[in-house]
Amino acid sequence: MSAGVGVDLENLWIRFGDFVAVRDANVHIKGGDFFSFLGPSGCGKTTILRAVSGFLDPSEGRVLIGGNDMKGIGPNKRPTALIFQNLALFPLMKVWENITFSMEIKGASARERRKRADELLDMIALPGQGDKLPSELSGGQRQRVAIARALCAEPDVLLLDEPLSALDLKLRQHMRTELREIQQRVGITFIYITHDQGEALTMSDSIAVMKAGVIDQIADGKTIYNDPSTAFAASFVGENNVFRGRIKQIMGNEALIETNRSGTLLARISTANQGRMKAGDEAMMFIRPEALALAGEGAAGSNIVSARVNHEEFEGNVFNIFMEGDGGKELKVSIPNVGQSFDDHTGQNITLQYATENAVVVPAGELAAE
Amino acid sequence: MPVFLKEFFKRNGTGMGSLMLALVLFWTIGLIILPQLSMLDFSFRPNLPPPEIGGPKDVYTLENYKYLIYGPEGGSQDYNAVDLKVFFRTLVAAVCVTIFNLILCYPIAYYLAQTKGNHIRIFALMLIIPYWINEILRAFALRIIFGETGVLNNALVGLGIFDTPFDFIRNDIALYAGLGYAYILLMIFPIYNVIESLDRNQIEAARDMGASWVKIHQRVVIPYAKPGISSGCTMVFMLSAGALAAPQILGGPSSLWFTQLIYQQFNDNSDWPQGAAYAVVLLVTCILLVLAVMRLFKVNMGDIGK
Repeated sequence: MSAGVGVDLENLWIRFGDFVAVRDANVHIKGGDFFSFLGPSGCGKTTILRAVSGFLDPSEGRVLIGGNDMKGIGPNKRPTALIFQNLALFPLMKVWENITFSMEIKGASARERRKRADELLDMIALPGQGDKLPSELSGGQRQRVAIARALCAEPDVLLLDEPLSALDLKLRQHMRTELREIQQRVGITFIYITHDQGEALTMSDSIAVMKAGVIDQIADGKTIYNDPSTAFAASFVGENNVFRGRIKQIMGNEALIETNRSGTLLARISTANQGRMKAGDEAMMFIRPEALALAGEGAAGSNIVSARVNHEEFEGNVFNIFMEGDGGKELKVSIPNVGQSFDDHTGQNITLQYATENAVVVPAGELAAE
Repeated sequence: MPVFLKEFFKRNGTGMGSLMLALVLFWTIGLIILPQLSMLDFSFRPNLPPPEIGGPKDVYTLENYKYLIYGPEGGSQDYNAVDLKVFFRTLVAAVCVTIFNLILCYPIAYYLAQTKGNHIRIFALMLIIPYWINEILRAFALRIIFGETGVLNNALVGLGIFDTPFDFIRNDIALYAGLGYAYILLMIFPIYNVIESLDRNQIEAARDMGASWVKIHQRVVIPYAKPGISSGCTMVFMLSAGALAAPQILGGPSSLWFTQLIYQQFNDNSDWPQGAAYAVVLLVTCILLVLAVMRLFKVNMGDIGK
């Protein structure tokens, strides 16, 4: 199995009539990486996958696999294997025939295919299930058969189109770990499409956050979570509190924001935007619920937010406090439950504090839909 | 009372349920089974003038069946070569029409089922509308097209492809075209129905794994479409073998269809028992043939209803 074949998208545009599905995508996917395209449905991520697999021709730009331009090469000739959202197992073929379909195409004998199927069934922990029909397996088992079928073709790049979305939560979480393990074992490049940020964050080496055909940010999960470069990336990945306002003053990599509701606040400018923002710009500041903490009496300064509490809830590991926030959105604070006593603040004004490095400023932009 | 009947009555109420059941039973028993049984009965009786019916000569006999095989008693030949030849030729021709229709209709059905858009509805409408026209008129229209001075011959001679008009009718080409055309919808729609429910991703998955179009059809589409294919083939075969209007109008003078022999027995010879025997032989042979082919291709009876 040839490991480490990279994929490059160069100035990729895909249009359907007047509709632009993908706008000038430039992505370098390192060989052997687990790379995710993360975005809400309809953002063009599946379109990109179809362009890589060859089912769709780019309107402009190039798709390169292992440095080779894939123009004019059909899906049956590309070194890619695609796992469909609904898996698309062949219902009338037995599991082992499903898995080794790519070998059957190449004319391998039934004995060879059977042997390979048994190896792969062992690998996906379904030994001895080869003679069943896909309909006789559970959802998670079918999932693994689809993976085995794709791997059997010995692709350089495995493409996965939201393959876990049909599974229930427990199984989905289990399959995340399993997929990641399989990827590291076979060492080939995985390109994974998902709208579930949990999946993207737990499995990926690198993530591209997409919105309406545009790639907002490409980085590893930690960077995307802690240092988002756009308002969309900040609000789509994980929970975040937004403070709208205008930049009052820039101080190195930090900025004072004149917020609409919460006075002047100090925050860090996100790495991608450092040096590109100036006083007077409309900006958005984001603070994660877990980065806010209750402040003591009489706290003051530019790291302090106060607001009226709407309601509170106890989630087990955290107490959540929901306060009147900016632009109709509630401000959420999560206080870890470490056995402390916790008063009900509903209806009161409370004061919160945060560390400057946990508040990130990006240019004002469109937020992700709830 | 079986469970499904109880369910049926519960869902529809006793009154409406009984009415529906009575109508269905009347349809199957009164209009199909009893007349066929009466034909079967006829086929085992001698052809007697009305006063003798029920008389001492009215006994069960195999004469009518023997006639198909051996011909008239004391005849010059050992076998009824003329009728047997017509019988087997009809079966072979019906099989040919079925295969021809399948080859023609499978791609059409596949295209209709797998393509989306408004033009597909127009396409389907164009297939259906000609069937508003009476079967006999359609056959005559084909006769006009295929006739010696017909449109097709005029065109072919005019273009210089043939020197003299080709006799499409004597060569049975008009007949096969007519039979084929008469039943294309019965072939297209069952196949279309099945393929429409085939997940497009399966085709793409097979393609992604390197399969050629031939292989995709062979391994993915055709196995999936098998119930539709067998349903279409059964209908086309049964109806072609039992067709009367098309052979009558489009058949050449020397090519009789077995149904025409049956018709002659009933109508021209007024020999109902003989006609009934021929009809029974045709029906039973067709059913056995269909069952044998279904067995060969491992199709269940239940699949055909899909």
